[in-house]
Amino acid sequence: MAELRMREALRDAMAEEMRRDEAVLVMGEDVGVFQGAFKVTEGLLEEFGERRVRDTPISENTIVGAGVGAAMAGLRPVVELMTINFALLALDQIVNHAAAIPYMFNGQARVPLVIRMPGGGGHQLGPTHSHSFEALFLQVPGLLVACPSTPADGKALLKAAIRDDNPVVFIEHESLYGRRGEVTDDGEETLPFGQAAVRCDGTDITIVGILKMAHVAEDAARVLANEHGVKAEVIDPRTLRPLDLDTILHSVRKTNRAVIVEEGWPHGGVGANLATLITEQAFDHLDAPVQRVTGADVHMPYSRRLEQAAIPHEEHVVKAALAALEGSL
Amino acid sequence: MADLPDAATCYELLARMALIRRFEEEAGRQYQRARAGGFLHLAIGEEATIVGATAAMRDEDYLIGTYRTHGHAIARGTEPKRVMAELFGRVDGTSGGRGGSMHIFDAEHRFMGGYGIVGGNLPIAAGLAIASDYKGEDAVTVCMFGDGASNAGNFGETMNLAALWSLPVLFLVENNLYGMGTSVERHSAQTDLSAKAEGYGIAGRRIDGMDVLAVRDAVAEGVRAAREERRPTLIEAFTYRYRGHSAADPEVYREREEVEEWQQRDPIESFARRCREAGVLGEREVREAREKAEREVLAAVEFAEGSPEPALDTLYESLYVLDSAAGWYAVDERSPEPHRGEHEDRMPPAARELAEAGAAYAGQPDGPRPNPAEHGDAQEGSEPEVAAEREGVED
Repeated sequence: MAELRMREALRDAMAEEMRRDEAVLVMGEDVGVFQGAFKVTEGLLEEFGERRVRDTPISENTIVGAGVGAAMAGLRPVVELMTINFALLALDQIVNHAAAIPYMFNGQARVPLVIRMPGGGGHQLGPTHSHSFEALFLQVPGLLVACPSTPADGKALLKAAIRDDNPVVFIEHESLYGRRGEVTDDGEETLPFGQAAVRCDGTDITIVGILKMAHVAEDAARVLANEHGVKAEVIDPRTLRPLDLDTILHSVRKTNRAVIVEEGWPHGGVGANLATLITEQAFDHLDAPVQRVTGADVHMPYSRRLEQAAIPHEEHVVKAALAALEGSL
Repeated sequence: MADLPDAATCYELLARMALIRRFEEEAGRQYQRARAGGFLHLAIGEEATIVGATAAMRDEDYLIGTYRTHGHAIARGTEPKRVMAELFGRVDGTSGGRGGSMHIFDAEHRFMGGYGIVGGNLPIAAGLAIASDYKGEDAVTVCMFGDGASNAGNFGETMNLAALWSLPVLFLVENNLYGMGTSVERHSAQTDLSAKAEGYGIAGRRIDGMDVLAVRDAVAEGVRAAREERRPTLIEAFTYRYRGHSAADPEVYREREEVEEWQQRDPIESFARRCREAGVLGEREVREAREKAEREVLAAVEFAEGSPEPALDTLYESLYVLDSAAGWYAVDERSPEPHRGEHEDRMPPAARELAEAGAAYAGQPDGPRPNPAEHGDAQEGSEPEVAAEREGVED
């Protein structure tokens, strides 16, 4: 075990898979000489050379599409998009092609492609560099969606994504790149998609959080325990598709209450989707409506004060949890 | 004018073109019979561009095209009956009935797809070429697309990437003079499409796309440059589709005379005439090529008719490659309560009837549909009917 930052863990995942499998290559804007806009690909060019670590022109749709074609012909490309907002320029290739090709060609072609992209607010990057589009990609059948919150999960999930034969949208959070955590140095350890992590056990309420909001959920659970005597169970799904709904439902059937925390927009969001699934599958176990804590329904503002107001914080989660627990405390 | 090759090659070129022509005519007829649904884009008139291109390719080379690619797959070696079955939406179709006319695919013959998004195949072509290059393989990718796609953002992005990374790829514009109903003069500021990649360092040339030998020679040179010099090129082949853009094309944008003028230069007639006049092929061989096409296409229809509809419980197949599946990939698939469409026996009656009748034909008006291979292709007949209903309501 070693303590690594998220960006180092992700880099190690790519490096290990590239050493393991010659078919793996990395492409993206400034991933080589510049070593990545967020320094996630640091050192890869030096070790693997220009053939396997490719700086691309600023052509998102074509970079992803080239990844699709290369994957169809047997490679395992990892494409980095500089921010999640730039992925919108590549939606045609992600949705109409990467996600659709295996199905519309009846399994004759596989698209083992990983598309990495950082999102999320907190660095005053404003309305075109800070969004959270997890729900957008979650909606598309054919895609797998990963959203790791810890360096250990980031590394193990990225390795699993690279080995997976499906196209994977791998969402990272800009505010988590510098976050440290214990990471295994066992090169064979991967984390299968579809396994949620229970971050802390509890009996009173279930709090589900993704990406940075997994940590906010844990912070809120501490406040709930210390100040309100509430035992919250915190779950990080780690992947949205496939989704480990069983673990979430198991928890809700025990606690009878749920709060979902995400940074994305409220309408049609991850929380909206999950709240529906919980309501459909565990309605009889619910003692209160499922609560959602989401990002504000605006484009991310630049002003530090406004930006912070647009992002969920632990006090919002605590408030939502207490609302769900009202009358039972 | 290129010299005629040997008799066997001439026969093969003629037979392929005749087969595609006959296939497309029959596809139009089957659309009229409502056996084929959706949109149907026929390549009648464009056979020389298709066959000339594939004749210059090796088996290991990749071909990738657009939504008008029944002929491209056939030219690569896909059995016509499997393409026809796909148009019929049957399990023996090239995509098992999931793709339809616009999404033909045949991995075995390295036909890497029909794509319904204009210009969507260009970046994928670059990716195929990257893979060949990366693996040190000889394969070249031939990427065919229409004049309209040369205006898509992907065009410039892909030309740049192909030139920048010296990819083994050849771009072939099938310029049939119209992007749907908008003529080249009205959709492209630069009407010399072969010049549109010059700024990226990709040389272009214009050829007669109605002359199968001219296409074959030009593509052979382009493929050679890609294979040996890692130098992508852009070829603009002038060709013409005799029929509408799709089966729903009233053809108000061009004159009948223009169509007739191009038909005078028919790629199959002119090549057959030339072969006969040069004494390379006799009357008998030309007739034999046509009769063989006739037999093969009729057998294809019979095969497609006999192929089963996809079973409803295959709805989710091939959506994911499921190895160590955990969690819910597709919500309906893994729900404890099945989605109502998932099991035939639990479907509501209306949905079951639709499925049994072939859902693709649901909502089609009664009466004959226009045959896009025969005439000017009215709007499926459905629009006037809707308009009439609306008037009735207003009254």
